[in-house]
Amino acid sequence: MKLLLKGGRIVDPSQNIDETLDLLIEDGLVARIAPNLPAPEEGRDSGTAVVDLEGKTVVPGLFDMHTHLREPGHEYKETILSGTAAAVAGGFTAVACMANTNPVNDNSSVTDFILRKAARADLARVYPVAAVSRKLEGEILTEFSDLKDAGAVALSDDGNPVASAGLMRRALEYAHSLSLPVISHCEDRSLTEGGAMNESFVSTELGLPGIPTIAEDIMAARDIALAEYTGTTVHIAHVSTAATVELVRNAKRRGISVTAETAPHYFTLTDEALRSYSTDLKVYPPIRGPKDRDAVIDGLRDGTIDVIASDHAPHSSIEKDVEFAYAATGLIGLETSLGLSLAMVEQGVISISRLVEAMSVNPARILGVPGGTLRTGTAADVTVIDITRAWTVDKNAFRSLSRNCPFHGRRLTGKCLMTIVGGVIKYREDARLL
Amino acid sequence: MELTRKDILGLSDFSVDEINLVLDTAESFREISTRTIKKVPTLRGITVINLFYEASTRTRTSFEIAAKRLSADAINISTSTSSVTKGETLADTAKTLEAMSPDIIVIRHACAGAPHILARLLGQSIINAGDGSHEHPTQALLDMLTIRQKKGTIEGLKVVLVGDIMNSRVARSNMYGLTRMGARVTVCGPAMLIPRGVEGMGVTVETNMQKALQDADVIMMLRMQFERQQGAVFPSVREYARLFCLTVPMLEEARDDAIVMHPGPINRGIEIAPEVADGFRSVILDQVTNGVAVRMALLYLLAGGRQ
Repeated sequence: MKLLLKGGRIVDPSQNIDETLDLLIEDGLVARIAPNLPAPEEGRDSGTAVVDLEGKTVVPGLFDMHTHLREPGHEYKETILSGTAAAVAGGFTAVACMANTNPVNDNSSVTDFILRKAARADLARVYPVAAVSRKLEGEILTEFSDLKDAGAVALSDDGNPVASAGLMRRALEYAHSLSLPVISHCEDRSLTEGGAMNESFVSTELGLPGIPTIAEDIMAARDIALAEYTGTTVHIAHVSTAATVELVRNAKRRGISVTAETAPHYFTLTDEALRSYSTDLKVYPPIRGPKDRDAVIDGLRDGTIDVIASDHAPHSSIEKDVEFAYAATGLIGLETSLGLSLAMVEQGVISISRLVEAMSVNPARILGVPGGTLRTGTAADVTVIDITRAWTVDKNAFRSLSRNCPFHGRRLTGKCLMTIVGGVIKYREDARLL
Repeated sequence: MELTRKDILGLSDFSVDEINLVLDTAESFREISTRTIKKVPTLRGITVINLFYEASTRTRTSFEIAAKRLSADAINISTSTSSVTKGETLADTAKTLEAMSPDIIVIRHACAGAPHILARLLGQSIINAGDGSHEHPTQALLDMLTIRQKKGTIEGLKVVLVGDIMNSRVARSNMYGLTRMGARVTVCGPAMLIPRGVEGMGVTVETNMQKALQDADVIMMLRMQFERQQGAVFPSVREYARLFCLTVPMLEEARDDAIVMHPGPINRGIEIAPEVADGFRSVILDQVTNGVAVRMALLYLLAGGRQ
């Protein structure tokens, strides 16, 4: 089976390509990228399917390195099947999934279970992130080596911070020796306990307990200091504050091995949106004020922030249709992340090439897994985007099992048209596309 | 003039005209409570449900009396809920009540925003009787009625709110209402209980109580709510009383004709000295009386009545 993607604008920053070219996929691999590749002759069954992509954008498969697929344990919120269906619909050929399942992904049998479920779903590639500490309790390290052998690609207690600096130090050192990245959820719980939203004038007016920016900054500063002292690497998850952006920027300038990600809601919204008391906006870190939002955008612009990841966190109405204080934290993002990120391109903050770096090249590089390129001979993971298509977010049309999306009804420009994983089309926006 | 809004969720978006309408209507209802037969047929056939998720004696009683003096049927539901002991959700309770066709639902809840959920879900009028640390609009309206009675006007007065500003819904509603009515508002309390950015509400912040009280026309003491705080945020009740208890010498700092208010229940010896609470400056019991009148006015206006 061959697939010829004709006439699209190929944007592949891993090879410095941004031009109109044809892409031939053969046996699941990228076979050729060249101008005007010959289409199979009419009337003969050449076994080549041709897709005309004139005016469309063809990029290395998008990679969301921060998702919660909720299986095992919370299958009423999301399953690996529904989560990867949402992923390919959103343009993602690969996702990394966090360890806060039930049981926690803190041992190789859970990692193995996730990978088997992912293989059975056969949609997006799934890269499990294992826990740093057993049961995410922050006390005893998990068996990093065994987890790596089972297929874990990174370590994180995401959802919970690693409160002990001593434990985090040992985790960074040990993980580094095994070439496993550690992803830090930065939150000083002594400053966030009871908090429901960003601490600001808005929280004061709404009478909701605040979560100060410093809760994130203090732990980011700690983890950067630990990475510097031990000569290891740390990835800061979901950056939301101006000070953390600045900490990462300075650390990079000084040559410390730190990478950072942010999520679309942090560069799209401000805490003013919370005035509706909509629990879909309750998330950690909280949606911040305009100064922080602008700093996150600046961080994207100058490359301080390496990655855009959705922090897709499904919750059912059971957790969300309740009082704000009682609602679970998190929002879903797999099916809106690309559209919201393309707004940054439209606004001139980043180029389309930078977007592909942040949503494909860098996640694969940071996690040390294949992907993020259309190089000849690599697996054909490809996302086709119509960057001009305007659409309205309809959470009821999502593949995700959950509906906790604060962007319902929003007009977005730019949508995934086709998602190809290993040369196989896993999602098509429009049946006429092939 | 009539009140065109469906719900009373807070004073953050109340106009001066609306506040005056409520206060004027309340003024005219005050007389009913002084009659031998304290009942008028105005709201006959109207059903009011008092849905209280937090313990309350005075507010619930005040609403109940207000409804009954207007001949409405008042039903009280006291319940408790938390994220831990999950019972029926607020939304389910709301829909259940709606199915019994009440006209007005009064809700008190420990969570900010809870009345907004009801307002969104139900066609009935919702009155917020206090939601978490957010708003307590009927309290602020009765406070403003009391100030207007005692001082003739609200505009231009210096009003000082003292206590746990961060966790006080009474403070928030009063800040909205009083600043809108032209008062100069100062908030005073321990530094860690002054919420971030509160100056944005148009008030002055002063952590020294002596300074705060200078030239005050109205002193509004807040209940020190040790139960609403997460962990130990203030050293001790003793230390609190040392700095923020309204004593007779402290009262000297204010104007000679200053009035002393408190939403109750008062903590004698903690935020207010007994001599002050019971003294001639105190209008605490007038506030309670006005509470019934204000709530009668709101029930009446929400039920479609005109001034």
